[in-house]
Amino acid sequence: MAIDAEHLSKEYQYGFHDEDASVFRTEKGLSEDVIRAISARKKEPEWMLRFRLKAYRHFMARPMPSWGADLTGIDFDNIYYYVKPTDQQGRSWDEVPEQIKSTFDKLGIPEAERKFLAGVSAQYDSEVVYHNIKEGLEKQGVIFSDCDSGLREHEDLFRKYFSTIIPPNDNKFAALNSAVWSGGSFVYVPPGVHVDIPLQAYFRINSDNMGQFERTLIIADRGSYVHYIEGCTAPTYSADSLHSAVVELIALEDAHIRYTTIQNWSNNVYNLVTKRAVAQAGATIEWIDGNLGSKVTMKYPSIYLMGERAHGEVLSAAFAGSGQHQDAGAKCIHVAPNTTSNIVSRSISKGTGRTSYRGHIVVNEKADNVKCNVRCDALLLDETSRSDTYPYMDIKNPNVEIGHEASVSKVGEDQLFYLRSRGISEQDATALIVNGFFEPFVKELPMEYAVELNRLLAVQMDNAVG
Amino acid sequence: MTVRGLSIDNLHVRVGETDILHGVTLHVPEGEVHALMGPNGSGKSTLAYTIMGHPAYTVTKGSISLNGTPLVELSPEERARLGLFLSPQYPTAIPGVTVVNFLRAALRGLGKELPARAFLAKLSQTMASLHMDESFRGRYINDGFSGGEKKRTEILQMALLEPAFAVLDETDSGLDVDALRTVAEGVNRVRTPELGILLITHYNRILEHLKPDVIHLLYRGQIVATGGPEMAQEIEKSGYAPFIGTSAEPEPMGAHHGN
Repeated sequence: MAIDAEHLSKEYQYGFHDEDASVFRTEKGLSEDVIRAISARKKEPEWMLRFRLKAYRHFMARPMPSWGADLTGIDFDNIYYYVKPTDQQGRSWDEVPEQIKSTFDKLGIPEAERKFLAGVSAQYDSEVVYHNIKEGLEKQGVIFSDCDSGLREHEDLFRKYFSTIIPPNDNKFAALNSAVWSGGSFVYVPPGVHVDIPLQAYFRINSDNMGQFERTLIIADRGSYVHYIEGCTAPTYSADSLHSAVVELIALEDAHIRYTTIQNWSNNVYNLVTKRAVAQAGATIEWIDGNLGSKVTMKYPSIYLMGERAHGEVLSAAFAGSGQHQDAGAKCIHVAPNTTSNIVSRSISKGTGRTSYRGHIVVNEKADNVKCNVRCDALLLDETSRSDTYPYMDIKNPNVEIGHEASVSKVGEDQLFYLRSRGISEQDATALIVNGFFEPFVKELPMEYAVELNRLLAVQMDNAVG
Repeated sequence: MTVRGLSIDNLHVRVGETDILHGVTLHVPEGEVHALMGPNGSGKSTLAYTIMGHPAYTVTKGSISLNGTPLVELSPEERARLGLFLSPQYPTAIPGVTVVNFLRAALRGLGKELPARAFLAKLSQTMASLHMDESFRGRYINDGFSGGEKKRTEILQMALLEPAFAVLDETDSGLDVDALRTVAEGVNRVRTPELGILLITHYNRILEHLKPDVIHLLYRGQIVATGGPEMAQEIEKSGYAPFIGTSAEPEPMGAHHGN
């Protein structure tokens, strides 16, 4: 059931500490009271409240970043910063916009999954699956829960790592997230444990994982392996216009974390995400990062290579249709000697869409024998689309091997003609070229995601107004 | 009665600001192989691209039809669905699109989709006959292919797409003797009593394998001579000059001035 804003703000004025209320959300806009309310609602320890309040002050003091995408459309006073999940789940199917429904149709997503993706209900079908997976994981000592439960049930472990690599004062949006975070995943993998199946937020039911300000913390202990998949390739329906997540990955010695995202927010959303990882000696971090949706995305997954032989990979793909700006990239900070990194970025712009690659490579003075390779390729589908590259390198050690290659190309008339001369329609020919361009990214995805991503791209190509 | 085969009547074609073809008239009945020869720059590839409907080539006058259906107003994909096939002189690379996915998309586009098992069996068999390694199917089409690999891939496509009429633009160029034989045998294998072929070539060699019924000579955007298979041998021996006539300027390469 929808509840109008006025009613809610009244509810807040009269005191919202009603534990039995089935629907709860804070008033619009942000204040210390709102943050205290969130923390109280979650029955958090005092240290977390203090953390939130400190972050809030950073957020208020910090100017809007002006170096990247245009963020002037964000109205911080017009956002609900906390919505209790029951409200999201209670939303009726009738309220989901037609465009989203028809996209689900085109994607051929099953009914139950659609409702979950639209925030209408929890994914009941996956309940059993999830239960079995959870049992298996528990036997291995793996913790996989939502972040709120992580704090509640594993406070010492949580507190040891939480916000250790992305402090609240890192940037304005990390500060915002730190102040109001809710949901997201908490993962801990014990030493030597290899988690065979990818952990998917999709399976994690009964939590507010569709939150606007989710927080994810993944710790892979020595010699362990985990693949985490965030989000889903289907469009995520959100009434709110700002999504600002924080993701922290910690790979201890010889551990390996792969983190896959396919972001497909509806195209009214500002998606401003801080993602950072540390890799200790011998550890590997892989960010597989796809951006298709949103109005504006600013996201630069970064890797701090802290120990010798640590390795980092960032593989990203972005599609910007008309009215979209995908400002994405990667950062690799080589702190230790003999560390290696590889960055591959592919982006496509269509109509008035715009993609930017922003890269930052740092090699510290003591980091000998660093190898780093950057390759970014952009494809423009028409005359009005745009792509920019902003590579930045800060190399303080002369004993390094750094490669950087970049290209911008247009879909060739000859490529289109060649495909069409074989009976393939112009639209399908363009989709084939686009899919081919994303192939290095797609082949890293689990099968079902690869299939869905290809379908999704076809829909995007169809919908994007040229 | 419709005329079976490819009919080109008084075709004028412009590319950008330049008129390239000045009234080409040509008829290739179904089941026949016609060779189109002529010096570089005569307009042979222009004719090939125009037949297939490349958007850079504008028909300013005249007509093209396949089995009685006018083509000029049709898109390349519509022409392909009528059974037309062009093997271009320089097949285009499409990175990320595997040979197998390309072929499936093409069959789907033509409305000739096969069940997966039948398709793969046919693909394997055809590749074997063209001496192509199985690993080819997973390669990105024409991406990093050698000249010979590209031409074999063209014939592979032709074999699987089963066109009614094929325009082969210098499918023999850049091939060594063995590769040429393989490609020519490939073409012969896909030939049916109905398949018409317009074969653009500089050389006699492929004609020994494909045995054309008629030879046309294109020069400066016009057909200047048409004859039987023996004409190819005369061209091989004496060059184009005897056919071009005394009024013609020497061909760019300056070779073989007869009379």
